[in-house]
Amino acid sequence: MLNSDASAPAANALLAVEHVSKHFPTPEGVVTAVEDFSFSVKAGEFVSIIGPSGCGKSTLFNIIGGLLGGYEGRVSVDGATVSGTHPSIGMVFQEESTFPWRTVLDNVAFPLEIAGMDKAGRQERAAHFVALVGLQGFERRLPAELSGGMRQRVAIARTLASQPRILLMDEPFAALDEQTRLLLGDKVLQIQQELKQTTLLITHNLTEAVQLSDRVLVMTYRPGRLKRIVDIDLPHPRDSEVVSSEAFGHRVAEIWHDLREEASRGIAADEARVLRGGHRP
Amino acid sequence: MRLKDWARSRNGARAVGVTATVAFFVLVEALIRAGLVNQFIVPLPSQIIASIPRIIAEEHVLDRFLQTMQEVLWASVMIAVVGISIGVLFFKFRGLRLACESWVGAMAAAPIVLLYPLFLVIFGRSATTIVMIGFVAGLAPVILKTIEGLAGTRAVLLNVGRSFKVTPSQQFWKILLPAALPSVFVGLRLGLIFAMINIVGVEFLINFGGLGQLINELAERYDLPGTYGAIGFVILTSMLFFDVTARIERWLRPVE
Repeated sequence: MLNSDASAPAANALLAVEHVSKHFPTPEGVVTAVEDFSFSVKAGEFVSIIGPSGCGKSTLFNIIGGLLGGYEGRVSVDGATVSGTHPSIGMVFQEESTFPWRTVLDNVAFPLEIAGMDKAGRQERAAHFVALVGLQGFERRLPAELSGGMRQRVAIARTLASQPRILLMDEPFAALDEQTRLLLGDKVLQIQQELKQTTLLITHNLTEAVQLSDRVLVMTYRPGRLKRIVDIDLPHPRDSEVVSSEAFGHRVAEIWHDLREEASRGIAADEARVLRGGHRP
Repeated sequence: MRLKDWARSRNGARAVGVTATVAFFVLVEALIRAGLVNQFIVPLPSQIIASIPRIIAEEHVLDRFLQTMQEVLWASVMIAVVGISIGVLFFKFRGLRLACESWVGAMAAAPIVLLYPLFLVIFGRSATTIVMIGFVAGLAPVILKTIEGLAGTRAVLLNVGRSFKVTPSQQFWKILLPAALPSVFVGLRLGLIFAMINIVGVEFLINFGGLGQLINELAERYDLPGTYGAIGFVILTSMLFFDVTARIERWLRPVE
């Protein structure tokens, strides 16, 4: 169960989400996507939020990233309230988000170009982040020439190039196969440990959450509330080999125990909605 | 390289296209010589080819070709500048779009060429009339495809821009316009087709200017090989403009 103070923002929190709720009007009435959701992330920490489909994970992603307004509660970075997009928070999206008309290097240099950095400087910094995600040699390639996993690495490098204090990722590996997902998880962990990058990952994938995180926040099915916080005490440095360990299996089982009930509720609600002929909000 | 792979390559595809065209002309030649096609309706391709030096020397076809090219070029520039600008305005102002889009769609289907007497009254029997008819005829597809391209920009690309705090101007020039370019160029090509048809058509109708006038004169003289030779130059104009637009598109947005 959730401790009474577990959701309160820690004193040294870099990112704090406090009592956030979001309601959407729909033809079938007002739907509460997220309700009274609070948590915090410390500098250098890797936290994942996991929940069943339709629990409001992406709503929370958009709220924290500043893409969605009109919510109750507060999101703050280092104590300062965030409204709208914020340079401290870099976002990696679930969908394919590279610019198809730009080369890998130009994609990664995009935020630097927006910031007004000179061409030589931005190309140098972009090349560093391209190499960091393991894509050196592909700088002049277009996204269409790359695999899905490579394109997602370009998107991650592009966000890292803006040097955000918090890396916010919404199911970035959802469209990838399991093997690529595990290997990309290794790459993300390696980068996170190298840069001491504070990271918040939104996911519905149990393995991914446990493989990567220091803490996993489990969400309830709609309305999305914080059900439980699970500390992942697996040793660092970690890689995908960890999935074969007994401790890993225990953590996955522990989270699944909480998640199963919520996922079942989600499936039942979807089935009921289809029978009623309603739309998914 | 296997034959199948070669045929799929750019050079292979071009070679297949040229070979197919030559084969078509050989077939037509054979059908006419066999009496299956009346040569008073379709002249022998060999006669058409033989007529080209004659129409170059006697009918000044190259001058006319350049005049039609010039008219098409002016109309194309105006179509691109005005059409894309109107498309952007319609995209930015939803009310304007809702009010006007269906009228623009109707304009695309209208036989603008039939309005040539009105243009003659306004601009006189001059190249301006021809260019303006080409411009008006080619405008609608550019407007419609520009709107479609801008509106079809994937939301996630706009969100990427928002996450990096792009200004509205940066959003337009660095995300919206490049994302819309393939659709805009489809509109430009369609606009160019409409403009070409109308420009040559009006040259024919008012017996003024470039290749259209020449086709009119040659047809009046029942010089069928010459007429078809001149039509060949119209096709050449079209091919040149298509090639130029394709090169501009590749330069602005590399092939994906």
